[in-house]
Amino acid sequence: MTIRTDGLTVALFATCINDVMFPGTPRAVVELLERLGCRVEFPMEQTCCGQMFTNTGYFDAAVPNVRNYVKAFSGYEYVVGPSGSCVGAVRHQHPMLADHAKDAGLAAEVDRVVARTYDLSEFLVDVLGITDVGAYFPHRVTYHPTCHSVRVAKVGDRPYQLLSKVKGIDLVALPDADQCCGFGGTFSVKNPDVSVAMAADKARHVMATGAEYLVTGDNACLMNIGGILHRQNSGVKPIHLAEILARTEGGER
Amino acid sequence: MTADAQRRTPAPPAGTYLGMPKFQKNAKPALANEQLRKNLRHATGTIRAKRVARVSEVPEWEELRRAGEAIKNRTLRHLDTYLVQLEESLVRAGATVHWARDAAEANRIVVGLVQAKGVDEVVKVKSMATQEIELNEALEEAGIAAWETDLAELIVQLGHDRPSHILVPAIHRNRSEVREIFLREMKRYGTAAPEDITDDPAELAGAARRHLREKFLRARVAVSGANFAIAETGTLVVVESEGNGRMCLTLPETLISVVGIEKVLPTTADLEVYLRLLPRSSTGERMNPYTSMWTGVTPGDGPQEVHVVLVDNGRTNALADPLGRPALRCIRCSACLNICPVYERVGGHAYGSVYPGPIGAVLNPQLRGISHEIDQSLPYASTLCGACFDVCPVRIPIPDMLVHLRKEVADHKKGTPRVEPTAMALAGWVLSDRRHFELAQRAAGLAARVLPHTTHLGPMPWPASPWTRARDLPMPPPESFRSWWRKNREEGR
Repeated sequence: MTIRTDGLTVALFATCINDVMFPGTPRAVVELLERLGCRVEFPMEQTCCGQMFTNTGYFDAAVPNVRNYVKAFSGYEYVVGPSGSCVGAVRHQHPMLADHAKDAGLAAEVDRVVARTYDLSEFLVDVLGITDVGAYFPHRVTYHPTCHSVRVAKVGDRPYQLLSKVKGIDLVALPDADQCCGFGGTFSVKNPDVSVAMAADKARHVMATGAEYLVTGDNACLMNIGGILHRQNSGVKPIHLAEILARTEGGER
Repeated sequence: MTADAQRRTPAPPAGTYLGMPKFQKNAKPALANEQLRKNLRHATGTIRAKRVARVSEVPEWEELRRAGEAIKNRTLRHLDTYLVQLEESLVRAGATVHWARDAAEANRIVVGLVQAKGVDEVVKVKSMATQEIELNEALEEAGIAAWETDLAELIVQLGHDRPSHILVPAIHRNRSEVREIFLREMKRYGTAAPEDITDDPAELAGAARRHLREKFLRARVAVSGANFAIAETGTLVVVESEGNGRMCLTLPETLISVVGIEKVLPTTADLEVYLRLLPRSSTGERMNPYTSMWTGVTPGDGPQEVHVVLVDNGRTNALADPLGRPALRCIRCSACLNICPVYERVGGHAYGSVYPGPIGAVLNPQLRGISHEIDQSLPYASTLCGACFDVCPVRIPIPDMLVHLRKEVADHKKGTPRVEPTAMALAGWVLSDRRHFELAQRAAGLAARVLPHTTHLGPMPWPASPWTRARDLPMPPPESFRSWWRKNREEGR
C-alpha cells in the first residue's frame, strides 16, 4: 500500500452495538484507517447515539447520550463511525434533541460536532479522497444499502465505489436492494411478525444471488437479516463493509 | 340476516374502526393470508414501477415537489382567510355553503339535504372525506341508499368490505374474487352480472358499467368530495380515472360535495403544480383521464342545486401542532402506501382507518387523538425506513412526524406500570454514562464466557421470543471493543 494521508487524527465513534456485540467492526476501522496513515483515537466517554430512545418516543432518555457525544467528540476535527444509521441519528436527531432539552449551549456544540461526523464510507471517499483502499477479498459478495445510510446519512453510492475497487471481489447485485430489511430498531420486537416477514424476503433475495457474504454498513440491519440467514442454515455470512475494506492480500484475517 | 334484509345497500363488516385492536394484532391474520400478500405484492409492485417511470420523465420534479409543499404551507398558515374567501366565492357562484365541526355534524347536514329533496338514494363519486365521516352508514340509517360508482369502491361495497387503500380501495382483491362478488351481489342491488361472466377485466368492467348505468340515470342527488377547492373562484375540482365522477357531477339535479377544510388552494394557477404532481404520484400516469371542475351553479347546465359541506373533523387539531401540520398537505395520492414495505405485507385493514399506510399512521392519531389502542399503535407501524418521504409529492416528513407522535404516545403512557417505559429507563441509565455502560459490558462478556461455545442463540422464551422466534441472535463476544482498545492501544501510549 502506498496511499498515505498526511497523518489526520480521527476520533472513532464505535457505536454501542458494535462496542458490545460486534467489536470486530470498530477494530477493522482502526486497522484500515491506521493503514491509510491516520492516527485513530477512541474517546472513552462515548456510549450511544440515543436513537433507540428517540425513535421509541423517549426523548428525555436520549438527551444524556447527546451530552456524552458532545463531551467525547467536540475536540476532534474528524469523527468517524461505521454506521449510516448511528451517524444519521447524530446528524438528524441530535439538533432536535438539544432543542427538546431547551439547552442553547448544547445546541451550539451539537451543531459544531455534527458537521464533523462522518460515516466511514464518506470519510474515505470525501475526506481522504480514496476509493481503492488496497483491500483484497476474493469472494462473491452482495451489498444491501441500509435505509438510514441511504436516506438519513445519505452516503449515496460511496460503499459501491469502495467495494468495486476491492481486489478479487465478485460483487453481485441484490434484487429489491432498496427495500427495508424490517429491522427498524424497536420495530423488530414491537412488530415482530411484520419485521420477520420483511427480513425473510430480504434473506430470500440475498440467497438468490448465490453470494458467500452479505455486506452492509450497519451491523444492526446485518444482525436482523443475518438472524434469518443463520436460522435457515443458508451458509451466507454477514459482514460489515469495514471488515472487507480492512482485509489485505496476505493479511491474517 | 333480517337486519341485512332491511338495508338498502350491502352491510359493511361489523364493528367500528376505533374499536379495533392495535396494529400488531391486526397485522397477524393479514400476514398469514397468502392470497392477500400475493395480491398486495403484485399491485404495489406494479404501481411503484409506473410511478418511477412517469416521475423520472420530469427533470424539474424536485422543484415541483417544493412548490407543492410551499403552496400548501402558505395556504395552511392563512387557512382562516382562504376559507372565508372560498365561502364568499362559492356563494357568489350560486352554491350553498355548510360548515361541519365533526363527522356527526357533516352527516346530519348531508342527510338533511337529501331528505329535503324527497329521494331515497344518491350516487357517489369516490371520496375519502365521506369515507372518513362514514356518510354511507349515516345515510343508510336514514333509509337512504348511497351507491358507490367508482369501480373499486363498488367492489368494496358489494363485497361487504372496507377499503384497504386510498386510491385503489379493493387492492386486496384479485380479479377472480371480484368476479365472485359481482356474480353473487349485483343481482341483489340492481342490474345483475351475466351468469357466464369470466374474470376477464374487460368483462368485469362491462358488468360494472351496466350495473351502474341505471343508477346514474335514475339518481336525482349525487354526493362527491373534492381534490381541490379554489378560494379565488369557488371552483371545486375532482380528479378521476373512470368517468363515473363526470356522470355524478353532471347528471343529477342536486350535487352535495363534502370537502375537508385543508383542500383549499388560493388560485386556479396553483392547480398547475398539483395536477402534475397528483397523477404521476398516484396512478403513475402523466395525466388522469377525467378532471372535472365546476363553479357553483350554471343555469340550464348540470346540477341546479349545489351544496358544499366544509368539514373540520380534527383538522384544526393537526393545524394547531406545528410538527403535525405537514400532514394536512396530503393530496391523497397513495404513493407512500405503495412504496411502504410494511403496507405491502400487511395491507390497509390493519391500520383501522380509511387512511392506511404511512400517511394514515401520522394522520389518524392527529385527527382522532391518541386515546384509543389503535391510534397509539399506528406511529409504531413503521421501520422509519424513509421511503415514504422520498416519494411524497408534497414532501411530508412522515418519518420525523412518526417519531414526534411516538413521543406523544410515550408521554401519554408515562407513569403506567408497563414493560416498555421500565426497559427504556433501565437502558437509559446504562447508556447515560460510560461507567454504567462498561458495567453492562462486563455483564455481557460474562454471559459469553459462561457459554463459551455458543455463537448464536436460537428460539428463547419471552422477552427474547419476539426476536428469536424466527431469527437467531448472535452472542456478544467475551471482549468488548473498548476493552480490546485498552489492552492494545492505550497501554502502549
